[in-house]
Amino acid sequence: MTTTPERARVQPPPSAVDTVTLTSETARKGDRLPRWVLKTISPIVLIALWQLLSSVGVLEDDTLASPWTVVQTAAGMWADGSLQSAVITSVIRVLAGLGVGLVAAVVLATLAGLFRRGEDIIDAPMQMLRTVPVIGLIPLLIIWFGINEEPKIILVGLAVTFPLYMNLYGGIRNVDASLIEAARTLGLGWFGQVRHVILPSAMPQFLIGLRYALGTAWLALVFGETINATSGIGYEMNKAREFFATDIIVVCLALYAILGLVADMIVRGLERGLLSWRPAFSGK
Amino acid sequence: MATGVQREVTPKAVSVRGLTRRFDDRAVIEDLDLDIEPGQFVALLGASGCGKSTLLRILADLDRDVSGEVTVPRKRAVGFQAPRLMPWKKVWRNVVLGLPGKPNRERAVAALTEVGLVHRVDVWPKVLSGGEAQRAALARALVREPDLLLLDEPFSALDALTRITARGLVDEVWQRHGCAVLLVTHDVEEALALADRVLVMQDGKIGYDAPVDLDRPRDVTDPEFQRLRAELLARLGVH
Ligand SMILES: Nc1ncnc2c1ncn2[C@@H]1O[C@H](COP(=O)(O)OP(=O)(O)O)[C@@H](O)[C@H]1O
Ligand SMILES: [Mg+2]
Repeated sequence: MTTTPERARVQPPPSAVDTVTLTSETARKGDRLPRWVLKTISPIVLIALWQLLSSVGVLEDDTLASPWTVVQTAAGMWADGSLQSAVITSVIRVLAGLGVGLVAAVVLATLAGLFRRGEDIIDAPMQMLRTVPVIGLIPLLIIWFGINEEPKIILVGLAVTFPLYMNLYGGIRNVDASLIEAARTLGLGWFGQVRHVILPSAMPQFLIGLRYALGTAWLALVFGETINATSGIGYEMNKAREFFATDIIVVCLALYAILGLVADMIVRGLERGLLSWRPAFSGK
Repeated sequence: MATGVQREVTPKAVSVRGLTRRFDDRAVIEDLDLDIEPGQFVALLGASGCGKSTLLRILADLDRDVSGEVTVPRKRAVGFQAPRLMPWKKVWRNVVLGLPGKPNRERAVAALTEVGLVHRVDVWPKVLSGGEAQRAALARALVREPDLLLLDEPFSALDALTRITARGLVDEVWQRHGCAVLLVTHDVEEALALADRVLVMQDGKIGYDAPVDLDRPRDVTDPEFQRLRAELLARLGVH
């Protein structure tokens, strides 16, 4: 009754304010489990479950070999050298295909991205060809190139060319016009603008393309090697199918997965090295 | 009338005769004449959209789609509203970008020292604050030792305190380098604090052109300063 209305408005009772206490994020992260531990827990649980199902006989070896059998098979394949030679053959195919596709994509995207003429001549057919599923070309490739290394390398090359081309071309076309203008006022000619502005600004998009291309490269290789090959991971897998050797098939799948992971790590390393200038968001 | 930017040795830093620039048949600049003396600091004011940036871009040789005669120094530098640093180049490489020969670190360091940014030589532009980035852009302009420095609202994106510091810095480097400056601004006090001469652009021409005969450093409380300020505001349609 004694407080004036004004006073009551200026000083609300403390209970009227809903507060939160903000604690340090770094401190909170510190007392949690390290991330690599968290990341490895769920795969380990899955493998343990798989082993359990095999041991009690729910999963038979003809359906899916147990993890322990798979490990033993891998050791045996390592001992007789078939694992190494399959991996080397497949990696060489991917690298060769990637090399061919990289050169083709960089040349085509640079020409199409930098020159109006190049865009007219190159981009329209690329956009059309892009819609053809690469795997569908296998019969043609076999007719044209036989069953040796060429069709496999070309298949991988075609599979990587399109994602690389699309991303590099898009990256070049998305360059910030205000930076080009700044470069002109600094006295950079056309070549200097390409070198110091256009290509560096296209790099992030290009690396996204590279990452995607590596994924499609392995996919193309799996097809190339299972349909027509006398060596390589896909060949081993196809051979194993005839004997219901699910252990070898799982070993081969694991090899593909590991190689895919390694490729992804290499691109991530490239990104860290080449894109450290970017104000990046690394996630929570 | 033939288009093209001709360059020759003249006693003027800038000489513009009968300049016209159209966008889709609408003349933004029409029959404009302008001379700037070497070493003169000129501020260009005008309502938003009246063609100040268009004129500056023409003087910077970013736009040759014009008719009329334009003579500018061979050595020019431009500062934009945004710093426009290349994010993929360390600060010092940004500063010497476009200079002939190999990137010269010492020259970059000297220029960055001049704008008070030596401690930022080796960082990526992303870590610079707005004021620091604008100072790096100024160093990049100065390292070219221009005879004409074109600045398009270089302070307008900065906070009030940083703007005062940046303004002082431009004054300082102009006195040291002695280049002609054309500063586009929408801030009357800024124009009067820095310039030897103020221009107001109107209807595609220089509608008002007056010297600023005030001692430096400028004193805002000087009655003559106040008088010029009132006159400029009236010219700009602010009463
Ligand atoms: N590239 C362009 N195409 C069409 N119109 C333009 C272009 N650049 C500027 N203009 C027009 O010219 C006028 C002057 O623009 P500008 O010089 O940027 O004004 P300001 O004085 O604010 O700097 C504006 O009406 C703008 O819309
Ligand atoms: Mg403008």
